Amino acid sequence: MLDFRLYMAQRLTALIMAPLVLGHIAVMIYAIQGGLSSAEILGRTQGSLFWLLFYGLFVLAVSIHAAIGIRVIVHEWAGLKGAALSALTWATGLGLLAMGARAVWAVTAA
Amino acid sequence: MTTKAEVLEVSVWRGSADGGALETFEVPARESQTVLDVVSWIQQFADPTLTYRYACRVGMCGSCAMMVNGTPRWTCRTHVQKVAEGNSLRIEPLRNLPVIKDLAADMDPFFDKWVEAEAVHHPTGTRHDPIAHVDADSGARQAADAGIECINCAVCYAACDTVAGNADYLGPAALQRAWTLLNDTRDGGGASILDAVSGGGGCHNCHSMGSCTQYCPNELDPMSAIAGLKRETVRRVFRRRRDA
Amino acid sequence: MIRPARTHPLWLAYLLHRVSGLALALFLPLHFWVLSKALTAPDELDAMLAFTDNPAVKLAEFGLVFLLAVHFFGGLRLLAMEWLPWSQGQKTAAAAALALAFFVSGTFFLKAI
Repeated sequence: MLDFRLYMAQRLTALIMAPLVLGHIAVMIYAIQGGLSSAEILGRTQGSLFWLLFYGLFVLAVSIHAAIGIRVIVHEWAGLKGAALSALTWATGLGLLAMGARAVWAVTAA
Repeated sequence: MTTKAEVLEVSVWRGSADGGALETFEVPARESQTVLDVVSWIQQFADPTLTYRYACRVGMCGSCAMMVNGTPRWTCRTHVQKVAEGNSLRIEPLRNLPVIKDLAADMDPFFDKWVEAEAVHHPTGTRHDPIAHVDADSGARQAADAGIECINCAVCYAACDTVAGNADYLGPAALQRAWTLLNDTRDGGGASILDAVSGGGGCHNCHSMGSCTQYCPNELDPMSAIAGLKRETVRRVFRRRRDA
Repeated sequence: MIRPARTHPLWLAYLLHRVSGLALALFLPLHFWVLSKALTAPDELDAMLAFTDNPAVKLAEFGLVFLLAVHFFGGLRLLAMEWLPWSQGQKTAAAAALALAFFVSGTFFLKAI
């Protein structure tokens, strides 16, 4: 169910995300002061290659990480297995990747 | 903690693989009574058809483990005083294993997984070779020593929620034995052990919830042994990369 | 008192890690959907962001930051246990992960209000 390949994908994406999560939390603590507005957010991110790469990598890693996590939980707690479990893993990963990529593009495209 | 009751109210699971139910017995309370004493009393004086399993009665053989008030325990070394809720006990067959009858669980899946995990000796010498030297102070030997006192009682297997949710998972006992053999200089099966514990039911399914370590009656630490296997499987990949 | 098979610190740490991960995975689609409005419907995005001034929403945000922080620190504990050559003191490490998560999300909350 969780063989060595999936385990490594899970742990390596976790390692990649470790600094990104710290950065994300720091940005949140900074940005929340005085409330949120789209002008403030977009002023920071629009046209920025750094934030495109930062959140682009974050979205890619979290899609893989969450898909594997959901796979384990659904197998252990709902008993799903075989082709249906693989289909759910892929659907979760690709769905998150598509939605996440769209969101990153929406806030960073100039 | 426990009231000085004259009589224990004991619910015992009766049935077979097809299903069953709890049946209540009244058992005289005694000083220093073990849970196995209670089960034996029921079989000898109340219902001779009660099926259960034990052999040594002193915590060596690992055959008498059962669920006692929901917790897996070696019943021969578990005092009633310590585990009774008031004066009541609920005794059921080990969790995560099929039932043969009453309190006797079918241990076949448990032992089949030991073999699946390559938790079997892989000889490196013959009887004609001199006796292998074992350096008791080496790190590997100490890692092996930490896990070899396992008595195969399956308490860890019954305690593990990952086993409960994932039928293929090899479980703490088999993986810990694989780990001790991996660290044994006399065992030549290193690569095949790491292959065996890297499959779909292997060590990577463990979520380190630690119920195995929490409930092991011999106070072993299968959770750390499994973490050791994960580390070695990862290390092997990077070693291969370097050598390639 | 008997200890039921699950109520020990590392089992609770396991449950917290799983539930926080699941909750974050379920939150992500909403998060992405709201942000993608920046491109398609900037007015709607501002309306939704104004919604975050609501105290109940601030509390929910605190909850989300806590979930992220506790999954992060708890995950680092697991990585260290699995890949670094020590594995003692896991209960203390799990408690420390929880404390750090409260510290981080508390800092966020104090800045938010």
